[in-house]
Amino acid sequence: MSSVRVLVGTRKGAFVLTSDGARKDWRIAGPHFAGWEIYHLKGSPAEPNRLYASQGTGWFGQLIQRSNDGGETWEPVGNKFAYDGVPGTHQWYDGTPHPWEFARVWHLEPSLTDPDTVYAGVQDAALFRSTDGAQTWQELSGLRTHESGPSWQPGAGGLCLHTILLDPVNRDRMFIAISAAGAFRTDDGGATWKPINRGLKSQGIPKPEAEVGHCVHRLAMHPSRPDVLFMQKHWDVMRSDDAGDSWHEVSGNLPTDFGFAIDVHAHEPETIYVVPIKSDSEHFPLEGQLRVFRSRTGGHEWEPLTNGLPQRDCYVNVLRDAMAVDALDRCGVYFGTTGGQVYASADAGDHWTAIVRDLPPVLSVEVQTLP
Amino acid sequence: MIRVTLPAHLRTLARVDEVAVEVSGAATPRTVIDALEACYPVLRGTIRDQVTQQRRPFLRFFACEEDLSHDSPDHPLPEPVIAGREPFMIVGAMAGG
Repeated sequence: MSSVRVLVGTRKGAFVLTSDGARKDWRIAGPHFAGWEIYHLKGSPAEPNRLYASQGTGWFGQLIQRSNDGGETWEPVGNKFAYDGVPGTHQWYDGTPHPWEFARVWHLEPSLTDPDTVYAGVQDAALFRSTDGAQTWQELSGLRTHESGPSWQPGAGGLCLHTILLDPVNRDRMFIAISAAGAFRTDDGGATWKPINRGLKSQGIPKPEAEVGHCVHRLAMHPSRPDVLFMQKHWDVMRSDDAGDSWHEVSGNLPTDFGFAIDVHAHEPETIYVVPIKSDSEHFPLEGQLRVFRSRTGGHEWEPLTNGLPQRDCYVNVLRDAMAVDALDRCGVYFGTTGGQVYASADAGDHWTAIVRDLPPVLSVEVQTLP
Repeated sequence: MIRVTLPAHLRTLARVDEVAVEVSGAATPRTVIDALEACYPVLRGTIRDQVTQQRRPFLRFFACEEDLSHDSPDHPLPEPVIAGREPFMIVGAMAGG
């Protein structure tokens, strides 16, 4: 019988939640790396027991941990992230030049085919790759040295590269997103990059339809249709049908189109999920009601999913990397909150239960579907 | 041998309590941390930035009731530290969290 493993990164450690395919009874293991921020952990699609974790604190910097047994044991691996050459400057919040400084790894994306190859999206924004199981890291500097780089500016969380999508069909194609520069695509394995932000409109930047400068919060893709992308922007939920060459808004009847997380149903490429958040200055659900919204039409038409979620006095946030789906026949949907709850639905969002309620603030949620 | 005390998180990471390291040549913050990182590679990057070699801003270096954080990393450590009577203390800032 299949099972699932949910990998949860929090402000104070990592937790591994496991269940059989029924997804009713859960085992909670952790905290791993107690006291450390775990921005993200993720398993290799090619070897599911190979996990990578981003461990850090403001005191002691960045570490990377690796597991070969599904998170039972871990070993520290390489943590030297050196930008290529003289990194130069990007824009600071006040518009003045600011030196590129490595701060942390936001996201780890293992290769679809090679357990020893993994990508790291970092702050200040850059993309690194390891091909030796995270022992050493090399920057794919064609991204950071794009001609627009000196104009990139940080979002509230810093100038972070937070999303990495690997195209399962065209292995030379990747998509990444940076707050607050926008989305970029490579078609040559990471050597060169192009901004893919046409159609985005953002207030708060001098030219709302600029080529770069947009605060993209998250991208999502269904592996069967890698040219169709969904985006939760700072404000606006967007869709592209041409691999990011152009975007159109699909916020439709959402009560607010601000938010962070977005994901796609494992078996229905037109079914997508978001968690609307009130605004950029009020990072909590509208009216204290935690609602996931689902569209079965690839956007525009959305329905609230509330069964099992708190519908009063709820003022948590759901961060950009804190939603994931499993691949069981009835697709499971999972998300974590800044209040420490991890919610799961074993029926594509119709009903929700809290797997665990009192973790530290949840930074990331990933799910592995195991045979 | 130079005795070194570490913050709790780094002791956990390196799986040690108080440590002592052998330093060849002059005992300075730089050579002590070099020796520490050689013995415990997991500490690379946690006390000083791996690229710039700058002390992390939320860490301080104390010894013999003195703050050595802003001394040159090549300044010799106090004699009681070199003699092993006092530890070189790597201390995390009391900044909550």
